[in-house]
Amino acid sequence: MPATTAAEETQTGWLVLLCLAAWAVPGAGHLWLGRRSKGLVFLIALPLMFAMGLALHGRLFPFDVSEWLVCLAAVADVGIGLPYFIAKALGYGGGDVRAVTYEYGNAFLIVAGLLNLLVVIDAYDVALGRK
Amino acid sequence: MQSHLLLLTVFAFFVSLVFAVIAKDDWHEQLRFGSMMFGGFLLSALVLGWLMYPIPL
Repeated sequence: MPATTAAEETQTGWLVLLCLAAWAVPGAGHLWLGRRSKGLVFLIALPLMFAMGLALHGRLFPFDVSEWLVCLAAVADVGIGLPYFIAKALGYGGGDVRAVTYEYGNAFLIVAGLLNLLVVIDAYDVALGRK
Repeated sequence: MQSHLLLLTVFAFFVSLVFAVIAKDDWHEQLRFGSMMFGGFLLSALVLGWLMYPIPL
């Protein structure tokens, strides 16, 4: 195998690992790349926003392929990474449609996930030297 | 916490914060961009709220 191909594969593997870490723990990608202040802001703000969504009786939507809007909301929810799985394991995210804040809770949960996906893309760009 | 305005403000704060930190590298630019975005969120929400006020539901 030529040396350049091996180097490219190592680079690709490292990028995949970086993106997975950035997705799993909000801000981890930036912290890994040495952008400490940015990483800390994401590490605090995004899980806090997600926790507020849960506290506001928001729902972690199921992957229901028969309802594509629900499925899209579920994808957005998972975007936050590990906090999603921790919340699910602890039994949070059932949602309470009778609560006044239900829709706000959903907005917080979904947008926190989507913002984390943006943060992952930003970490990818930083790793490639585009920023 | 059930105040619509307070929840809207907190939501706008978080979104503006993350967008400003993603988009800008310099601290002063982040503050400027984030403040403008936050103000834009609040202003547009208030204007749209009042524009929708006469619409019967």
